[in-house]
Amino acid sequence: MAKKFLSGNEAFAYGVRLARPQVISAYPITPQTIVVEKLSEFVEDGSLNAEFIHVESEHSALSCAIGASSVGARAFTATSSQGLLYMAECLPYAAGGRFPIVMMNANRSTALPWNIYGDQRDSISQLDSGWIQAYAGNAQEALDLALMSFYIAEHSEVSTPFMANLDGFVLTHTYEIVDVPTQEQADAFLPGYETENKLDLQNPRNLAFSAGPDTNTFFKYKEHLGILNASEIIDKAEERFAEIFGRRYSGLTESYQTEDAEYILITLGSISGLVREAVDKLRAEGKRVGLLRLRYLRPFPNEEIANAVKNANALAVLEKDISFGNEGTAYTNVNSALQKAGIELPTSNYIGGLGGKNR
Amino acid sequence: MTEILWHGRGGQGAFTAARLLGDAYSLKDNAYALAFPSFGPERRGAPIRAFTKLDTKPIGNRSETTRSNYSIFLDDTLFSEKSFRELKQNGIILLNTKKHFDDPRVITLDGDGIAARILGLPITNTILLGAFAAVSGEISLEEINEAIRQTMPRRLQEKNIAAVKAAYEEVVA
Repeated sequence: MAKKFLSGNEAFAYGVRLARPQVISAYPITPQTIVVEKLSEFVEDGSLNAEFIHVESEHSALSCAIGASSVGARAFTATSSQGLLYMAECLPYAAGGRFPIVMMNANRSTALPWNIYGDQRDSISQLDSGWIQAYAGNAQEALDLALMSFYIAEHSEVSTPFMANLDGFVLTHTYEIVDVPTQEQADAFLPGYETENKLDLQNPRNLAFSAGPDTNTFFKYKEHLGILNASEIIDKAEERFAEIFGRRYSGLTESYQTEDAEYILITLGSISGLVREAVDKLRAEGKRVGLLRLRYLRPFPNEEIANAVKNANALAVLEKDISFGNEGTAYTNVNSALQKAGIELPTSNYIGGLGGKNR
Repeated sequence: MTEILWHGRGGQGAFTAARLLGDAYSLKDNAYALAFPSFGPERRGAPIRAFTKLDTKPIGNRSETTRSNYSIFLDDTLFSEKSFRELKQNGIILLNTKKHFDDPRVITLDGDGIAARILGLPITNTILLGAFAAVSGEISLEEINEAIRQTMPRRLQEKNIAAVKAAYEEVVA
């Protein structure tokens, strides 16, 4: 391993290089641009043997990745905000086709008003597209997630595309110290992509077909099971990751000081670092508070949330998104988890950081 | 935690200096650093800020620094009385200027003079980094030199290493 001082975008690009994707198709958009620039440099200098396709739009970027994945190639793309919305038609296409593409999304506000800064409305608007959704807390986790995402997405029990989200600017453009694993370690962790779900002249099959009312539910149910299976495979991937790289992650959520906490703040993304410092400060004043970070929104950590908050007096959800006309989407999902577990607890919702607001 | 607030104009390399400092600091053991610019569209000549945070434990707060331990000005036209409001108690201002200030909080350096002599260009970012090393003791010349070798284009390395050293020696003297 080598210590490097990298931005979140660069760290993710290093992680993608270690995963040896065969096809990268992308269109640049702030604040994602640096990750695809960096990958194109890796392809140019020969340190990454991939086909880099600079397409004419985000819709084409994901279409191209679907094409690559449908012949059994490991495919990567990246986008942000309006770009993600422009490719939205292709998102359920990739998920329904069970193509395990990995995409990095730099979380950014959506227009109008026009704004290039960070919030999470872009990815959360696509929560029902059938993709796994993870949210990185820092640049090290971004790199590690890049590697793990291919393992999880491509696992035969999952076969589901993976969206790794990095907060725009505060994570994508902030430099921090990152351990970059060696290629040998990465190769030991991540095998090549093998699938039967591909166009293969030796084993002809139909892909991307129609399914009418009589069979459609069956395919959708299988798709649902695939993303639910990811929960177990994430644990498996993290166990394997810890053995090889020595860094341990905690599945769909990360708890900090929740065991005896009376009040718990639930959040996601890189703001959790600040919340952690706030927990330390309040604990020093004798207040029993804790943090629960949602590392994944899909599959949703229903049981993990219920377990973490069951002894608390109250909880709040802090998020950088809003479902207009209702409330924050993470809040809706958290309340559903409590209701299913029979937990009655006062909850409140704080929506902040929209369009990059920082204080 | 030590917080450094860099002031410059687009094109003067303030963020490069902020990043080099974090990079140099990361060569130490048990060191944590963050570096980032003020986010958003950039224009040559417009005032910009950049931030470096240094600590011996992980840094969770990614917010912009509002009060610094060190405020470093690559361009003295960006410095004013208001700048003191952004300092922590015992904070220090490091200023590239030919002017003299009779204030113990302000340390001046003719960075443009060093730049003209050694770099042949009016770029003072690494010069102020060398001055910061001398003033703060947070970082050594060797660590800065290593960060320069790791991240700067080869043709710029030796001149910048010489400029860092000249600034360091001038401040120490």
